[in-house]
Amino acid sequence: MSGPTVPVRIPTPLRSYTGASQVEAMGSTVIEVLDDLDRQFPGLKFRLIDEQGRLRKHMRIFVNTDVAIGLDQGLGPADTVTLMQALSGG
Amino acid sequence: MNPNDPASAGTLLIGTRKGVFWLTADGDRRNWTLHGPHYLGHVAQHVIQDPRDRRRILVGARTGHLGPTLFHTDDFGETWHEASTPPAFHAGEELERSLDAVFWLTPGHESQPGRWYAGGSPQGLFISDDGGDTWSPHDGWNNHPMWPTWCEWPIAQTPDGSMLHSINVDPRDPDHLLIGLSSGGVFESNDGGKDWHTLNRDVEAVFLPDPDADYGHDPHCVRMHPADPDRIYQQNHCGIYRMDRTGDPSVDRWIRIGDNMPTDIGDIGFPVELDPADPDRAWVFPMDGTDVWPRTSPGGEPAVYRTVDGGESWQRLTNGLPERGWPTVLRQAMTTDGSVAAGSDNLGVYCGTTSGEVWASTDAGDSWNCVAAHLPKIYSVEWAAPA
Repeated sequence: MSGPTVPVRIPTPLRSYTGASQVEAMGSTVIEVLDDLDRQFPGLKFRLIDEQGRLRKHMRIFVNTDVAIGLDQGLGPADTVTLMQALSGG
Repeated sequence: MNPNDPASAGTLLIGTRKGVFWLTADGDRRNWTLHGPHYLGHVAQHVIQDPRDRRRILVGARTGHLGPTLFHTDDFGETWHEASTPPAFHAGEELERSLDAVFWLTPGHESQPGRWYAGGSPQGLFISDDGGDTWSPHDGWNNHPMWPTWCEWPIAQTPDGSMLHSINVDPRDPDHLLIGLSSGGVFESNDGGKDWHTLNRDVEAVFLPDPDADYGHDPHCVRMHPADPDRIYQQNHCGIYRMDRTGDPSVDRWIRIGDNMPTDIGDIGFPVELDPADPDRAWVFPMDGTDVWPRTSPGGEPAVYRTVDGGESWQRLTNGLPERGWPTVLRQAMTTDGSVAAGSDNLGVYCGTTSGEVWASTDAGDSWNCVAAHLPKIYSVEWAAPA
């Protein structure tokens, strides 16, 4: 694993894994950061990304204030990653 | 009373739309203690004990829009663990399937401790050999050349969409498996799941143009009788059926025993539950399958129906049930207990309703008591003996 270490904001449904609303993860792309998160917090990635590598429906990943253009989007040391899950439903 | 108390007759494991509950009986099943919720807010589709290692309980779960997973406990929820490798299809597979829900769980054969099966939505089959901690796709089913033809596709939101359910393991032979697909039909394997064939002869499928279709049917619940595995029951979208195996699957046929139900009630429903010792005794909970399919108690009058002669006749059981009500009972939400000798007049029968009530009978259905109410929508009710 290489690349910058960036802050990652965690939505409430995933905090049972991280125990915190914000953690740090390393990676030069969004998917590398998710891989590092899964290494630190086993099981988290599969709740967010399906077995075919697709972001699950109603999930969003932001880099700073914009929706990530793809899981291979590059990251720099000044970036912040935010994981979001819609709370639609009853 | 605590679920691990040896004085307890047992505990009902209740999976709901909003988490897991335990309902523990005292020794004579008169007083019940509600425990939980565990995993509040998570969808607990199926909660079931391992009869080979009664400490272990598995929960098939999903959570909001998060991907599906599976939890297990060995101490009635004092501590929980998430499966290290939850059920999933192979990454990079040709059909690009992604598991949306773990819908059904079945412990493996007695000779295969640690073996579990899981059915999903889409209609995949998954297998674990370590008590449900790590899972693999069952390639014999998931990669069967007929899978894209037999299986309904695409899916809708479980539990209202397509799923693989009713995984039955023949107690005489671990390689003899039956599964149900909603929709798709009943399928059988005699080689541990390497190959499969259909088992739908003479089942109606009013929604298919071919009255003699080989597949595409909609079994809601399929039960192989544990004491007589040559007898199978199914509650189907199109009625209640029984099959008595001949030894030749090519001529085995289903008989619509629901034709013996009262015509004003019909024979539509989700569950069929069997007496573990008496192949002739079974229970169903009919629902309204007319018009737009309300899936409520017919006429707003909840009733269990019991047969004691393999479906040749049915008895309406309402003593203690509400005179008016509109629930139904889903396919995993009816069970019997093992706290008395099976076949006994004191066999426990239990129903969890879509309106969050648990109804208990300790006289094989003759009378009922509401032992829990105001729970979330109940998806599954299974009996667990003290560990």
